Amino acid sequence: MNTAVTIAGVRFKNPVMTASGTFGSGMEYSEFVDLNRLGAVVTKGVANVPWPGNDTPRVAETYGGMLNAIGLQNPGIDTFIERDLRFLKDFDTRVIVNVCGKSIEDYLEVVERLSDEPRVDLLEINVSCPNVKEGAIAFGQDPAALAKITKQIKAKAKQPVIMKLSPNVTDIALMAKTAEDAGADAISLINTITGMKIDIYRKKFALANKTGGLSGPCIKPVAVRMVYQAAHAVSIPVIGMGGIANAEDAIEFLMAGATAVAIGAMNFINPYTTVETAEGIERFMRQQKIEDVNSLIGCVS
Amino acid sequence: MSKKKVTAVIRRHEEIAEQIYDLWLETDLAASAHAGQFVAVYPKDGAMLLPRPISICEIDEKEGLLRLVYRVAGKGTASFSRMHAQDKLEILGILGNGFPIEKADGKSVFVMGGGIGIPPMLETVKALKKRAGAQNINAVLGYRSERFLQQDFSQYCLAYMATEDGSYGTKGNVMDVIRAHDLKADLIFACGPMPMLRAIKTYAAENGIEAYISLEERMACGVGACLGCVCKTTQTDAHSKVNNSRICTDGPVYPASFVNI
Repeated sequence: MNTAVTIAGVRFKNPVMTASGTFGSGMEYSEFVDLNRLGAVVTKGVANVPWPGNDTPRVAETYGGMLNAIGLQNPGIDTFIERDLRFLKDFDTRVIVNVCGKSIEDYLEVVERLSDEPRVDLLEINVSCPNVKEGAIAFGQDPAALAKITKQIKAKAKQPVIMKLSPNVTDIALMAKTAEDAGADAISLINTITGMKIDIYRKKFALANKTGGLSGPCIKPVAVRMVYQAAHAVSIPVIGMGGIANAEDAIEFLMAGATAVAIGAMNFINPYTTVETAEGIERFMRQQKIEDVNSLIGCVS
Repeated sequence: MSKKKVTAVIRRHEEIAEQIYDLWLETDLAASAHAGQFVAVYPKDGAMLLPRPISICEIDEKEGLLRLVYRVAGKGTASFSRMHAQDKLEILGILGNGFPIEKADGKSVFVMGGGIGIPPMLETVKALKKRAGAQNINAVLGYRSERFLQQDFSQYCLAYMATEDGSYGTKGNVMDVIRAHDLKADLIFACGPMPMLRAIKTYAAENGIEAYISLEERMACGVGACLGCVCKTTQTDAHSKVNNSRICTDGPVYPASFVNI
């Protein structure tokens, strides 16, 4: 039975990854799950310098999901390399580093700093965080801006480049195709969906940032639809995510066309979700007599 | 001290004051718990996904029990307030750092609690008595009106009380109690609403008293990964490299001088 998948020439032992921003750099969740059992650890977005993020409250619960507006708080690339990458050194899993920035120069600085780091298998470029005012989302909602940043990063990057796309667009197929045409090696989606919650008793927004990114099981049908549309618009691999809670959800994304999947908000609800999903996919394959997980990818079309 | 998500069995569960519930849980997590730490309790409703952080009120290591005294603040806490003895609850723990009990050695200590910040101070008093390092321990408890847990505190130390409506003890808050009785201490452990913690931070700084305060914030993961529950710090935080600290993991207990509240 084969559970391995390949993205941009890199082999993953299974298609289960962590979604950036929900898993730190793996340190916190390594108390709960064996990171060696994961296809990849996708790290929290890192910028060229430390970012303080937004004011609190940064999180709010919603029906079947949650809103967050962390604002990409991160310790900066120096600490990330010294502490986080070093922590991941001895694990037998792939490392995908999520990169964020306020300007193209910021992104390029991080990409260059990571170019000589052998532990970094792929880069995921965050052009879709809805919670920071400058950069990030500005690149992910305009096809011309997306093409420009993708080309510039591809010109500098030593590792394969995944562009992480925003669902907050009218035509996801167009954005996927734009990333592919600009040279992206893969795309990942969906980032969170912009939302809002009002505390009616206090007459205040639930989040200090007013708006936040919606995640969790409530967004899954939107994510499956967008992964399906994106996967059918491009020939590069797609990493699918958005509300995945278990193996059944993950298999839905594979069948919609994703080569791999990522677990995000559900880590907060069940810290064992990643490994349970990987095991559940194997169980499904045994039950259904499926020899190769790759045969599931895009099998519904 | 590794963290786990486990199924705990309810031993006892009752309402001890209006909307204040007293919950005893059987769980092996009790063996690794300390005063000032917390667990996160999952609501009994699939639409509400995030666990609710609740402080540990008492630890019975021998029996393997954790006591949680919590207020019904919304639909999540309401969902498990309806559970009975023998029912099961999913909990995540043990979370947070707890109070540094050893700092009390040779000192006179105020253990201060306000409202639903009172429960964690009970195990703190017990831990102080057990270590027997502190010279003198005074509990200072502030209530809106109806009191709870006051008899539990009285078993271990002198408990001074305030009620906002003046129905019992000093009329006002915990700071009014200290003034009314001219109480003195050289160490403070405290948990309560933000205005109380701000007043304690100011009082401690003005009087050169070491103070440790327990903070609260909306949380998601509870284990330090999501960076949802940060507080502002006066110095650069060792983990974040900015002036933010993760309350769930590096807190909830901080030296008052370290946090910007």
